[in-house]
Amino acid sequence: MTDQVDKKSLKFFPLLFEGGIGYYLWLSVLGIVIASGALAYFFQFRDGLIITGMRDPFPWGLYIGNFAFLVGIAAAAILVLIPAYLYHYQPLKEVCIIGEFLAASSIIMCLCFVVIDLGRPDRWLHIIPFIGQLHFPQSMMAWDCLVLWGYLLLNLIIPSYILRCKYQGRQPSTRLFMPLVYLAIVWAISIHVVTAFIYSSLSSVPSWHQAVLAPRFLASAFAAGPAILILAIQVIGRYTRWPIEKKALYKLSEIMTVALFFNLLMLGAEIFVESYAQSSHFVHRQYLLFGLHGHNAYVGLTWIAIAVQMSVLVLLLFPKLRCNLKLLNLFCGGIFAGIWVEKGIGLIALGCVPSSIGEIFEYHPTLPEITITMAVWAIGLLIFTLLIRLAIPIVVGDVRVSHSHDQSEKKPKTEEVEVKEDAAKGEAAKGEAKQEAKQEEVKPLPKLPQQ
Amino acid sequence: MITRREFIEKSALGASLLTLSSLISGCIPEGFFKNPLQKMSKEELNRTIQRMEATYSRKFSKEVTVKTTPAQQDVLFGMVLNLSKCIGCRRCVQACIKENNQSRDPQIAWIDVLEMKHGSMDLEKGDRYYQHESVPAEGCFYLPIQCQQCQDPPCVKVCPVKATWKEPDGVIVIDYDWCIGCRYCLAACPYNARKYNWSNPSLPAKEMNPQVHYLGNRPRDKGEVEKCTFCIHRTREGKYPACVEACPTGARKFGNLLDRESVVRKILAEKNIFVLKPELNVYPRFYYYFG
Repeated sequence: MTDQVDKKSLKFFPLLFEGGIGYYLWLSVLGIVIASGALAYFFQFRDGLIITGMRDPFPWGLYIGNFAFLVGIAAAAILVLIPAYLYHYQPLKEVCIIGEFLAASSIIMCLCFVVIDLGRPDRWLHIIPFIGQLHFPQSMMAWDCLVLWGYLLLNLIIPSYILRCKYQGRQPSTRLFMPLVYLAIVWAISIHVVTAFIYSSLSSVPSWHQAVLAPRFLASAFAAGPAILILAIQVIGRYTRWPIEKKALYKLSEIMTVALFFNLLMLGAEIFVESYAQSSHFVHRQYLLFGLHGHNAYVGLTWIAIAVQMSVLVLLLFPKLRCNLKLLNLFCGGIFAGIWVEKGIGLIALGCVPSSIGEIFEYHPTLPEITITMAVWAIGLLIFTLLIRLAIPIVVGDVRVSHSHDQSEKKPKTEEVEVKEDAAKGEAAKGEAKQEAKQEEVKPLPKLPQQ
Repeated sequence: MITRREFIEKSALGASLLTLSSLISGCIPEGFFKNPLQKMSKEELNRTIQRMEATYSRKFSKEVTVKTTPAQQDVLFGMVLNLSKCIGCRRCVQACIKENNQSRDPQIAWIDVLEMKHGSMDLEKGDRYYQHESVPAEGCFYLPIQCQQCQDPPCVKVCPVKATWKEPDGVIVIDYDWCIGCRYCLAACPYNARKYNWSNPSLPAKEMNPQVHYLGNRPRDKGEVEKCTFCIHRTREGKYPACVEACPTGARKFGNLLDRESVVRKILAEKNIFVLKPELNVYPRFYYYFG
């Protein structure tokens, strides 16, 4: 049995190249972005990080900012896993694989961001345990490397196992599967806490050295993660035959609302504590909120991010608005952008301006830096697209091992891998959908027959 | 028994594998897989030093000596700086750049001198980029900051690959060849003491100081972190650091903190000394006083 399954699964790889014009268009757009990023990276590799906007007083920029943001997105996969497998909420079980693949793609993006941020990528082996010399357990960066690799493995194993079970037409075995789920839940929280500790363990940067940073990281991740998931699920639901229930989206939007509330609560608490006391450390927050000695690169963005998050939170409280998919998509876009600004760039500016000896250096990302950043996002989207593409025929039920036990010995015919035409075509339009999802009217999802 | 055919096949395979591996190893520069300094065997160290000396001598067209002088027994280096005497002339900065082979363009300086208004010790109000016809400026004092050689250095704690550590004589050093350039130490340093090679450093061959130390002033490469080492190539041989020698007012005093008779110990005993950011508990071995 197992042998045959393995043989069949080999045939999935041609699937990656099956699709309509839209699918190819999407892939080629991603390819172009990746190629231009690769070119920009060539210059960075040759000339050094001088081509970025970072300098000594502001040693981290877009790369590490996006890294922290994406670790959060990856951690948010458990928001699907917990309701689905701990509370047996069926609608979310169907999209579990999407969440897990999103997490895996995010982690790959994170690892890319870490590597491109290195000044000496040629020495990356130094950070690999046993081969190099990992400063474990003292360095939080060493911890982060370990937990990220572990989480990546978990997020490839879990969905592969679910898919395999679907392929074989059986339920996941509880004894094998549930320990993995529990492990993934703990692990997801750990990756984001450890990432927050990279910042908050530094006593030299008073505005990062806050106990609230790790919980706030989790809260913002659990708001931004479902926001992306809601958008991704709809795109997949619209252009493929992946069975999706609206209820799944509603559940995610409820989780997102609660997380957003806690994120803003903690942000408010931080701002209050700092601004009421007005100690010398308030200058960092002052820079972000009001500017410092005429330097105000991030004032506008910061206020927009806060305003968007607060108004979205208020609007999300009304079930009528929340259940309107068109509005929900708008809210999700707002949350995504707001939290990205706050965590991707605001947090680093908060810590680095003014620097530890009082220098004010304003960071402006350069064009090559932005190109490389976009290329890493494109790599993530490409991996996500391909993983979903592989999963579709199995999830939809086009490919399945039929194993009625009495016949299983000599019936290779029934195990033929068939891919129905329309499955591939449906997938095709996916590319365009990604970009349009925010603006375009989203029709109610077609009711799909339950199996 | 193997047949002739098998033999030919196998030897062809072996030969091609050999060629392939030698091709690959030919592409990898020699020393690519070398260990960090702490883990090197004597033999590997000797080979590395030879290779380094050859490379540097060729690059700067002069005889370059790479030393690995270890820390002396019962020595703990410390520096004391009299802020009343410092006039902000930045001669220490210039001397340091020359002595320690810092990049000229983009300019890297291990010593920052902050211009501070009288009556405030708030670093956030200091100015690093002051330009005057003559110093000291009216109503100002000057605060030179360089690596404070902490007893409990946060930069060492955060380094993910142990590329930086504290030597027995208290000097924090970096193995430039092991540094991956993640800049976590830059973020962790409370004194902005660590400097990063954002691009290929430029060091004119004429101005290159050929007496270098493996962990000190040997030329760095792009993507590597560097910082003050109390001139270990000089101080481990009984000389003063370049900044101490260059100071025209004698504001800087350097010596062995374990030697009761040393000048630094006398100043520590007699003056009201302080360290920067004492609340961080990193215990700098760089002391300041007004007197």
